Amino acid sequence: MLHIKDLTAEVDGKPILKGINLTVNAGEIHAVMGPNGSGKSTLASILAGRDGYEITGGSVMYQGKDLLDMPAEDRARDGVFLAFQYPVEIPGVSNIYLLKAAVNARRRHRGMQELDAMDFLSLVKEKVRFMEMDEKMLYRAVNEGFSGGEKKRNEILQMIMLEPTLALLDETDSGLDIDALKVVSKGVNSLRSPERAMILVTHYQRLLDYITPDYVHVLSAGRIIKSGGPELALELERQGYAWLTGDQKDAPSKGVAQ
Amino acid sequence: MSQSQSTIDEIISKDYEHGFETLLEMDVIPRGLSEDVVRLISAKKNEPQWLLEWRLAAYRHWLTMTPPEWANVHYPAIDYQDMIYYAAPKSQKDGPKSLDEVDPELLKTYEKLGIPLHERAILAGVAVDAVFDSVSVATTFKDKLSEVGIVFCSFSEAVHTHPELIKQYLGSVVPVGDNFYAALNSAVFSDGSFCYIPPGVRCPMELSTYFRINAKNTGQFERTLIVADAGAYVSYLEGCTAPMRDENQLHAAVVELVAMEKAQIKYSTVQNWYPGDKEGKGGIYNFVTKRGDCRGDYAKISWTQVETGSAITWKYPSVVLKGDHSVGEFYSVALTNHRQQADTGTKMIHIGRNTKSTVVSKGISAGFGQQSYRGLVRVAKSAVGARNYTQCDSLLLGDKCQAHTFPYIEVKQPSATVEHEASTSRISEDQLFFCRQRGLSPEDAVSMIVNGFCKEVFKELPMEFAVEAQKLLGVSLEGSVG
Ligand SMILES: Nc1ncnc2c1ncn2[C@@H]1O[C@H](COP(=O)(O)OP(=O)(O)O)[C@@H](O)[C@H]1O
Ligand SMILES: [Mg+2]
Repeated sequence: MLHIKDLTAEVDGKPILKGINLTVNAGEIHAVMGPNGSGKSTLASILAGRDGYEITGGSVMYQGKDLLDMPAEDRARDGVFLAFQYPVEIPGVSNIYLLKAAVNARRRHRGMQELDAMDFLSLVKEKVRFMEMDEKMLYRAVNEGFSGGEKKRNEILQMIMLEPTLALLDETDSGLDIDALKVVSKGVNSLRSPERAMILVTHYQRLLDYITPDYVHVLSAGRIIKSGGPELALELERQGYAWLTGDQKDAPSKGVAQ
Repeated sequence: MSQSQSTIDEIISKDYEHGFETLLEMDVIPRGLSEDVVRLISAKKNEPQWLLEWRLAAYRHWLTMTPPEWANVHYPAIDYQDMIYYAAPKSQKDGPKSLDEVDPELLKTYEKLGIPLHERAILAGVAVDAVFDSVSVATTFKDKLSEVGIVFCSFSEAVHTHPELIKQYLGSVVPVGDNFYAALNSAVFSDGSFCYIPPGVRCPMELSTYFRINAKNTGQFERTLIVADAGAYVSYLEGCTAPMRDENQLHAAVVELVAMEKAQIKYSTVQNWYPGDKEGKGGIYNFVTKRGDCRGDYAKISWTQVETGSAITWKYPSVVLKGDHSVGEFYSVALTNHRQQADTGTKMIHIGRNTKSTVVSKGISAGFGQQSYRGLVRVAKSAVGARNYTQCDSLLLGDKCQAHTFPYIEVKQPSATVEHEASTSRISEDQLFFCRQRGLSPEDAVSMIVNGFCKEVFKELPMEFAVEAQKLLGVSLEGSVG
């Protein structure tokens, strides 16, 4: 489904990704771990199509198409979803309005009829209940005044409404208490299917207790320096990243979160 | 930043849709302004002597005045002798006729603008007065309205059919010498709408006037007067467009509203005069005086405006709260894109006891747009218990536009409460990317964010107008994202 080959990218002339190779097949869940500043969010952003990065080499194929050639909205409509590390607030725009616009943009793109108001409402209410959220959240402005945990839940709500083919979750687990973590994991697991793939960017083993990945990759200084199965995450939990990078500054507690 | 900036730049550049010109044989007077021109206009309208005298007094007063210079707008001095003060379709010579007699070219023009004048085709429940350059060409539903005693017709017609009402109220809210443009308007005003709602009558439909400037080198000076007698209610809509031209054209209108005891007037404007091109060439100078008088206790006047057009807007719809417990409201969305400039806001003058005013202003600037909110809240000593709430928000798209806020607060009554809140924000790259990541096009994303920003104002508009306003905002912003 997704083939990343020798991907290199810069921001303001500063190399961030230094040759990423990663293949993700339908049905798989990949966890990407690594120290702060190693390029995890950059990778997710580039896959989702954020402006401001210069791709200096390599390629990304998604469902046989050149992903890097597509505008961000087309990627989204083709099933690429990014759950943001820091979801933005949009004053005055209600959550339900955004959800409806997003769902219908994707449906139109697939040649499906737009959902009418009633069908949409019953669907969204069902998903809201599933995410154990208050229905009132639907009528509040997108993320405005939401707590950190509410924002993350809201991201997952959008994800399960949009039913993406490739979901990228950027540190969706950080800042969540244990109950919220369980709900978020429930949302993610509900989407697990043979047609879907996911990339979970995370710092901690914690999330992987609830969502078992098929593969774990360690990203460090813009490169994947080690890949393995779920046991690799446990190893990292015990030892930190230093044993892989051989660098004291890459101990898990250091660095500034991006 | 640079890439999302260019996205914003692209979205803000769609073209003006109403820029076509109607080719008609016109009755046009020579350029220039003098007492003779004032007399000529009055004669063309067959006006009574008192009105001519009124115009002449205004003209003489105007000669002593200078254009206001305090507004934060910049344009070369206007040559008032290089302008035409009266232009009317020839076919319209004998004043407004029944619809069957209206020039088909004119009907086509309004249809093209989305304002069908055949009553059958009209949006149910909206009566329209169509003003084309200096004259009203048609007023719909007149008969139906007159059944409940409502007078709704062109100003010129009202001068003849209801001289006592015109004499009583004309200039009673905006005096002849109020300001430079109001004085000019009083001297040369051409046409506009007149509306009188008798005591206790709730107007059964929305009333609206659609102003169209068509003729070249011509100023438009319309005059609107709305009187809601005790306990009456009316909702009034005003729309306007003009062809695209390289020359600037002056539009200096005066609108006077009078609300008697317990009467309510809701006045909504969607202003979409030609804004000029992307480089700032051409466009309408929209220098307008709008004021409402709450003359009786418990009277209420609401102004709602969506200002997306015009090269320059200078406009402060105001409410004078004379009656005790009277209420004034001002809800505004103003958008300046490309080289547009707007200096707009309101004045709330509290005189009666327990008077209340609410001001919600949403300014959107894109491109090189320049925008100022200028608002006065004055509480006289007599206005015991007066309350004002002002909220003034600016949204910037891009980094070449500007927004300014000039609040003036004068309070002479210690029991009054006056609250002012202001904010300035930008559409961020993160917001845009977030929306696009959810599948929205950049245009839809900006339009959604801007509409969200304007929500509090749009909800004050009548339904069809709100939809229109949302679309208009989208169109006016086109080219602002790239
Ligand atoms: N917009 C940007 N401008 C400059 N540097 C950036 C930008 N985005 C990311 N970086 C840099 O790229 C590196 C990787 O950041 P990021 O992808 O956020 O790491 P992670 O998500 O793994 O913590 C960091 O050194 C960060 O400072
Ligand atoms: Mg990150």
